[in-house]
Amino acid sequence: MTDVKKGAGAAARTSVSVAVTGSGGAGVMTAGNMLLAAAAKAGWYGLMVRSSGPQIRGGEAAALCRFATHPLDCLDDRFDVLVAVDWENLHRFADEIPLDSASLLVGDPAQGNPPEVYVKSAARYAQLGIKGIAKAISGSWPNMVVLGVAAGLIGLPKDAVRAVVEKTLKKSRDGLAPSLAAVEAGYEAASRIGGDAKLAPPGPRSEPRWLISGNQAAGYGAVRGGVRFVAGYPITPATEVLEWLAPALADVGGVLVQAEDELASINMIIGASFGGVPSLTATSGPGLSLMIEALGLAVAAEVPIVVVDVMRGGPSTGIPAKSEQSDVSIAVNGLHGDAPRIVVAPNSVSDCLVTTQWAVHLAETLQSPAIVLSDQFFGQTRAVVDRPPDATYAGRRLTAAPNADAYKRYAVTESGISPMAIPGNPGTAYTADGLEHTDRGIPSSGARDHTIQLAKRERKLLGHEYGDFWADIEGEGDIAVVTFGSCTGPVREARSRAAADGVQTRLVSMRLLAPAQADRLAKALAGVKRVLVVEQNHSGQFLKYLRSEFQLPGEVKSFRRPGPLPIRADELHHQLVDWSRA
Amino acid sequence: MNAKKAAAKPARGHPRKAAAGAKSRPEAGIASIDELMAYAYALELEAAERYAEFADAMEAHNNREVAELFRKLARIENRHAEQVLEEMGWVSPPDAPHGGYKWEGFEAPESGDVTELHYLMQPYHALQIALHNEKRAHAFFGSLVKQARNAKVRKAAQEMEQEEAEHVRLIEEWIKRTPKPDADWAIDPDPPVLAD
Amino acid sequence: MTTATARPTVPISARDFKSDYNPIWCPGCGDYSVVLSFTRAFASLGLRPENTAVVSGIGCSSRIPAYLTSYGFHGVHGRSLAAAAGLKLARPDLTVVVASGDGDGYSIGGNHFMHACRRNVDMTYVVMDNHVYGMTKGQPSPTTEPDWNSKLSPGGTGVRTFHPLVIALAAGANFVARAFSGDPSGTANVLVEAIKTPGFSFVEILSPCVTFRPEQREWKNAVRPAPVGTTNDPARAARYIMTDDGFNLGILYRGERAPYQPPMGRGNKQPADLEKGFAI
Repeated sequence: MTDVKKGAGAAARTSVSVAVTGSGGAGVMTAGNMLLAAAAKAGWYGLMVRSSGPQIRGGEAAALCRFATHPLDCLDDRFDVLVAVDWENLHRFADEIPLDSASLLVGDPAQGNPPEVYVKSAARYAQLGIKGIAKAISGSWPNMVVLGVAAGLIGLPKDAVRAVVEKTLKKSRDGLAPSLAAVEAGYEAASRIGGDAKLAPPGPRSEPRWLISGNQAAGYGAVRGGVRFVAGYPITPATEVLEWLAPALADVGGVLVQAEDELASINMIIGASFGGVPSLTATSGPGLSLMIEALGLAVAAEVPIVVVDVMRGGPSTGIPAKSEQSDVSIAVNGLHGDAPRIVVAPNSVSDCLVTTQWAVHLAETLQSPAIVLSDQFFGQTRAVVDRPPDATYAGRRLTAAPNADAYKRYAVTESGISPMAIPGNPGTAYTADGLEHTDRGIPSSGARDHTIQLAKRERKLLGHEYGDFWADIEGEGDIAVVTFGSCTGPVREARSRAAADGVQTRLVSMRLLAPAQADRLAKALAGVKRVLVVEQNHSGQFLKYLRSEFQLPGEVKSFRRPGPLPIRADELHHQLVDWSRA
Repeated sequence: MNAKKAAAKPARGHPRKAAAGAKSRPEAGIASIDELMAYAYALELEAAERYAEFADAMEAHNNREVAELFRKLARIENRHAEQVLEEMGWVSPPDAPHGGYKWEGFEAPESGDVTELHYLMQPYHALQIALHNEKRAHAFFGSLVKQARNAKVRKAAQEMEQEEAEHVRLIEEWIKRTPKPDADWAIDPDPPVLAD
Repeated sequence: MTTATARPTVPISARDFKSDYNPIWCPGCGDYSVVLSFTRAFASLGLRPENTAVVSGIGCSSRIPAYLTSYGFHGVHGRSLAAAAGLKLARPDLTVVVASGDGDGYSIGGNHFMHACRRNVDMTYVVMDNHVYGMTKGQPSPTTEPDWNSKLSPGGTGVRTFHPLVIALAAGANFVARAFSGDPSGTANVLVEAIKTPGFSFVEILSPCVTFRPEQREWKNAVRPAPVGTTNDPARAARYIMTDDGFNLGILYRGERAPYQPPMGRGNKQPADLEKGFAI
């Protein structure tokens, strides 16, 4: 189902997918990263997803790459090329790297036979003694051969690859020449192997491009939103958000603290934000679970904070390095008491930037916790993207004036937002409290105070004008797909394929999950007869949430599957076309 | 399940030695009437503040009768403090000596011990606390009399000692007029409540 | 961040640091006197309410911020040290004091206690220790004697007590002291030194619970000034603290370790400068 540019012949694909695999020191991740960098340099778009076994070092690893002449939001359904340095445990990747009879498998016969699953796929097997070639070039590495082979097979200009190798190895005088020789040998091998995986030349580059991961984008979005204090505890797959932020915050006058656990991280950011500094933490499901109590404190005490949850397979430790959208329920519901909170979800790697920035803006404006539901796919995928737009969202907290007359921290206002006194401000000292309180912040168990404060905290979130950014709404038609997060990419691709088959559909990719924008969704779905709800989890958490807070028109179908396998455009495409004909 | 149970109460009669952590006594250092009277002022003022806090605590626990008594004691001690100012012709409170006041125990001798309070306490108990405080104040000035370095200070300390003796007598009379609590005064049929 | 410019004002007295909200603790509770010590210490240091923050968790002792006129933060159970560290690291200009109890601080908050000592952020940690959970009606805490009978642990827990001062020392606290609520001036003096000493200062205040541990009224007869002075040698301090009976008062250790304070507000780049790393 790979796109083929109309009339351009078999050699002019607009998208090709290449997987590079190997175990124990083969360096396939490095090869994949260099391939991606070279493709970016050559003017292509691309993305790379990492997949690996449970070993910290030495395990089987796969760099799953896709290149295209247009921006990409997801992997393809299948791979055109798989270059395997060895066959160790390669069968474990069989579901993630599907090959078919049109695919090409490049491998080393000296390492044994390919796994049975790939033999059965009927992919063309091109035998190449990768390690032998590398051994023949003193000081070179097999992954440089792989880089040359893969680059040659997809038609990546050699100059771009050379430039990336030179940049990567600029500090290694001895390593450069053998590496370049190995790349050259790889190109030669590729020309012998041939095949039809050549990507069409890139279009003109109109705007600056970035090579970025979703975790980096989220970090940068936080800084742009005004975050200057971050506390965090290492957790897969969120750690890179923190690692990117540590030096970045120091550069812009902020601080990152490594906390002793997630309980500490979230309480630290609440303390810092109480002190007037926009604050954030990043974590994944297990960490979010630990943070729930303190999220409630941020609700009750009205302290703005942002929690980036890079979702992974759950429950419990689950599948740490694989993507899954299974934290929807905990994000929208997972607090005791009536605890309104903001939940947003980016819907592309680059959107992690603006959506996180928006989350900071919303948290600060509404003096409320905001959860950003990213996931492992976004977080750890490195993608070539157009530079994201400059959004103006920034922290704007309503603060109290010095010596404000008869200051009431939790004053009941029409909007529900009350001026927050920042320590240092004279005459407005108050105690922020997780106990229910009066408008002055004095603990109260009175029915009236409780009702008033609950309503105030709800009102400020419900009454806010969130604007069009709440969702990406595209297309027309009787069938609508409602989704969020990383399912948006495959849904978009499936819709355009369905459109090519004459089936028009609508897309609603919800960026603001909570508070529920029921009226806006109703408007977006006006006239729709069928709704397909797409999500990557087992129990349909998103659909359950939609059913509890929204009115879905007509017939509703759920399309869902848990991680670790991504939801693919191909299966969605068939679903849409079949349903339209049913 | 409401088995009647005595809520933990202070020991009867408030037996107590001088607190073990006593600091060095002040008297060796007191060389002037001004300094002596500064001590007298601080003693009365701290006693007044403490009684006011006791009254607040009692009010918060709906023991209005004892709250009012503590309020009254606070007023009395405040008046004593003001009298010191008047006698000395001071328009503002005296500065504390360098390094702060040095008392025989942890606190000024007329300041009530926080841990002697009980939410069900009766006026009789409150007056026992007051009596104990006045006796300590009396003893405090008595020791100043013995250790005074000059006649002037000795005379002033004697006057203060006599005044405190009068306070002791007044409280003792007050106690005579005050009904003694029953043996079950600390019994609360309900258990403590859960809070935060 | 709003930082009010300091206006020339009259010194704030201890009484000014009391809020107009009267404490609600059991009459007889030692914590009443701790409020007095806080206010005296703040006044003596010349602090101003707007530049002082008292952070707490949950429990009897944690109610203290509401009874003071400084900025206060009454958070969740056991996490006061984390909230306070965040506040101090983000706002190094503030004086931060944390109020806790033996349940909040040593049990549910035990992990943060160790790491706060280790991290050595410049703040003062006050634990009002009464060897019992008061707010939940008298359960044993980590400092409760193993044979203390309670409904939750009939016949006693049979578990040895936690030794907070030694743990603080071993974990790296820069200042370790024990005080007694019945000695508000002495406690205030210890607090003054704790706040003045850079880094993480730990002050255990023995504060009787007259409701669940009425026998603690006798603490006033048990406490005494520590027979040794302050040392800067942790090994000496540890040996001493390990062998005392828990009633020796005073500043037992004062180190010279530099506090942890990453340079907040000292970067010289604009956010847009960070984009260079992404550009192809």
